[in-house]
Amino acid sequence: MEWKRFGFIAFIIVALFSIVVLIGQARDPIPTIIISMAATTISVATPLTLGALSGVFSERAGVVNIGIEGMMLTSAFFGWFGAIYFNTILKFEAMPSLILGVVIAVLAGALMGLLHAALSITFKVDQVIGGTVINILAIGITGFFNRQLFFEKNSIFGGNVPHAPGTLPSVGQVPFLANVPILSNLQPIAILAIVLVFISTFVLFRTRWGLRTRAVGEHPRAADTVGINVSFMRYVNVIISGCLAGLAGAYFTLESVPSFEPLMTNGRGFISLAAMIFGNWTPLGAWAASLVFGAAQALQINLQFYRELIPPSLSLLQYPYIVGLTPYILTMLILTGIIGRTVSPAADGQPYEK
Amino acid sequence: MYIKDAPVILSAEAITKQFPGVLANDKVNFDLRKGEVHTLLGENGAGKSTLMNVLYGLYKPDSGHIHIDGKPVTFTSPKDAIANGIGMVHQHFMLIPVFTVAENIMLGSETTRNGVLDIRAVSKQVRELSHTYGLDVDPDALVQDLPVGIQQRVEIVKALYRKANILILDEPTAVLTPQEADDLFQIIRRLTEQGVSIVFISHKLKEVLAISDRVTVMRTGKVVGTTTPQEVNEAKLAAMMVGREVILKVDKKPAKPGEPVLSVSDFSVMDSRGVEVVKKISFEVRSGEVLGIAGIQGNGQTELAEALTGLRKVHGGRVILNDKESTGRPPRQLIENGLGHVPEDRQRHGLVLPFAIADNMMLCTYYQEPFAQKGVLQNQAIDANSRKLIEQFDVRTPSPYVSAGKLSGGNQQKVIVARELSRPIRLLVANQPTRGLDVGSIEYIHHEIIDMRDKGIGVLLISAELDEIMALSDRIAVMFRGEIVATLPAAEANREQLGLLMAGATHK
Ligand SMILES: Nc1ncnc2c1ncn2[C@@H]1O[C@H](COP(=O)(O)OP(=O)(O)OP(=O)(O)O)[C@@H](O)[C@H]1O
Ligand SMILES: [Mg+2]
Repeated sequence: MEWKRFGFIAFIIVALFSIVVLIGQARDPIPTIIISMAATTISVATPLTLGALSGVFSERAGVVNIGIEGMMLTSAFFGWFGAIYFNTILKFEAMPSLILGVVIAVLAGALMGLLHAALSITFKVDQVIGGTVINILAIGITGFFNRQLFFEKNSIFGGNVPHAPGTLPSVGQVPFLANVPILSNLQPIAILAIVLVFISTFVLFRTRWGLRTRAVGEHPRAADTVGINVSFMRYVNVIISGCLAGLAGAYFTLESVPSFEPLMTNGRGFISLAAMIFGNWTPLGAWAASLVFGAAQALQINLQFYRELIPPSLSLLQYPYIVGLTPYILTMLILTGIIGRTVSPAADGQPYEK
Repeated sequence: MYIKDAPVILSAEAITKQFPGVLANDKVNFDLRKGEVHTLLGENGAGKSTLMNVLYGLYKPDSGHIHIDGKPVTFTSPKDAIANGIGMVHQHFMLIPVFTVAENIMLGSETTRNGVLDIRAVSKQVRELSHTYGLDVDPDALVQDLPVGIQQRVEIVKALYRKANILILDEPTAVLTPQEADDLFQIIRRLTEQGVSIVFISHKLKEVLAISDRVTVMRTGKVVGTTTPQEVNEAKLAAMMVGREVILKVDKKPAKPGEPVLSVSDFSVMDSRGVEVVKKISFEVRSGEVLGIAGIQGNGQTELAEALTGLRKVHGGRVILNDKESTGRPPRQLIENGLGHVPEDRQRHGLVLPFAIADNMMLCTYYQEPFAQKGVLQNQAIDANSRKLIEQFDVRTPSPYVSAGKLSGGNQQKVIVARELSRPIRLLVANQPTRGLDVGSIEYIHHEIIDMRDKGIGVLLISAELDEIMALSDRIAVMFRGEIVATLPAAEANREQLGLLMAGATHK
């Protein structure tokens, strides 16, 4: 069952890599292509991995979180704003500004998580509706502040879009990592995401916290009868979920590109949820699924380099939009359950009443 | 006897608990002595589970005091109760199916080493407890793979792991086979020898008399009195509970069987794992008779009932219901052909728990007159129907609009029985129809079933209670390993012979 799932993932990733290798080998050596594809895959999978981990924590504790998209967007904005504020107004160096930006993004995510927790646990609002509220709210808040802060004459930045402190550098800058293939191309949040996959696995399946988290997501009443505080466990896990979504948000404006655009998360939060489901609510599975989506996106990006090499028989691949559909088509395929059913936590989405 | 002089370790004084519209506990006094089995007996909805939930810290009483070892205590959550040595096995188990036995047992009281769960240590402790008390459980098994009898042991070990010296068992035998129940009694005896005190709840008077040191009877939230098995017998206990004489024996005229309403031939069914558990069986139920299916649980009865009622795929054979071809037809068509069904698992197959009682009482025929007209539900008819049935079947509820999930276990069962028996049916498939019911309600439902029979309805009765099978059936079929090994007229059957057949001895 699990082998089937991981086998399928490996197969898709190999297939996507092969397309690029076959087309690109006319110009570049194969290892170069593979290394470049791998680095792009891991990098673009970062927000999906973090988003999926965000979903895993929330849903393992029994709270459906479809607000990840909105949490990412909000954090992307405030992280970016924070970095610029420290850099241009408080005159911090670029690097400390970026790091503080990441911290602010995570805090913004935590606040959004707290909001979702309050709506779904304390006020018992339908969790799907609560998540939708967060997504709509995020669009509104980020759109509003984006206008007010950066495009209004009397804002703190005086109406000019200020100069951004750039993006987090790749770890290749660190001397002894400079020559490690793939790793040297990666930036800190991408590496942190991978580390968090393993930390999350450990926390969820090997620690007391994880056992209790899974218990309140499976059978909150049973957890209650052994003295576990169901609401507390759910609150904290939804806030953790928010922090992870916040880190994903930081990726967009502090690691990927040095700018914010309205709606820039572009459905990544929802694809994260698909990755979480396909990964059967486990961190490792969710990561593997995120890599599939990452590889599909890397295919789209790398094919642009080799556009003129694409043979006429595969002319379809010349249209980035068509290749760009791959993650969405994969999402639909995966959610139909043809590659093995997944089982959600039994009390996922159900408010707990005494 | 030493029990009489044993010190009181738990006492509850004047516990009062009000739910919307129901005074579930009304100044209840209850005490427990060291090493005794104190049984709590009472009708469905009398307030037994409520009192236990108060003692376990799940409900906060409106007033009253609890003392442990003479010291006053207040429980704000089960954590406090656990810390005071109280353990509880709930009427509906509190286990997490996808966790292992060890994980379930340690949950909430985990042992860790450097922050990592120490499953090894817990497994070892579980094995030791198993050994001391004769509770055989495998710490590494997944709970969902275990039969209910073993799940219950897990619950008991879970309490002992938390060093409980007071153990509350809320209707532990309702879901057990007679063999499993005997095992449980052995365990209980061993526990009390080691100084554990037990609060036991059951509706089965025989076992209450056999296992208890003292019996406290509750009725409508109040304590009626406390007695000992030496001072009473079954009839007296029943009368104390219900407040009137209960006829424990079913009085019935000889059956007048007519045409077959159900005929089943070469019927085969598989269980969820794809194993054939009903093997080419054939039988008939005629109008005006009760065919009882006796057998130890797990010999294919559940799957047989599910397949006959359209809840499970039919693997082979043929079913004719009320002269109509009915093999593998969907439940609605079977219902329209005159099928009534009291399912084994009331919470899963019998009720929509969040729905009001009134809605649950018309669940099979909601789309028909008088409950719906031109596709619109008729609230007046639904209301009138539920009020009539609540009255007739003595469902204890403040209103028809309470959700079914809030009813006591026995009253949930009555809602289902009421719904099924109130429709114009030709065949009733009743699987454990009186599970979890008090004697008064059993008397009433038995009476109703016989009444239905006398009106010309065929009844297929499946029950793990041999007494029930013998009391109601006109013919008895014994199921063993998916086959009907014998069918005999009830008048010729006796317990010993049925017991042997159920255990697999061949007929004559
Ligand atoms: N959570 C609740 N909300 C509202 N009413 C409740 C709740 N729990 C129990 N009741 C009501 O309190 C009364 C006592 O219920 P309780 O479960 O204690 O009965 P019981 O004696 O255990 O019955 P049974 O033998 O059927 O299990 C019932 O009328 C029930 O409907
Ligand atoms: Mg009860």
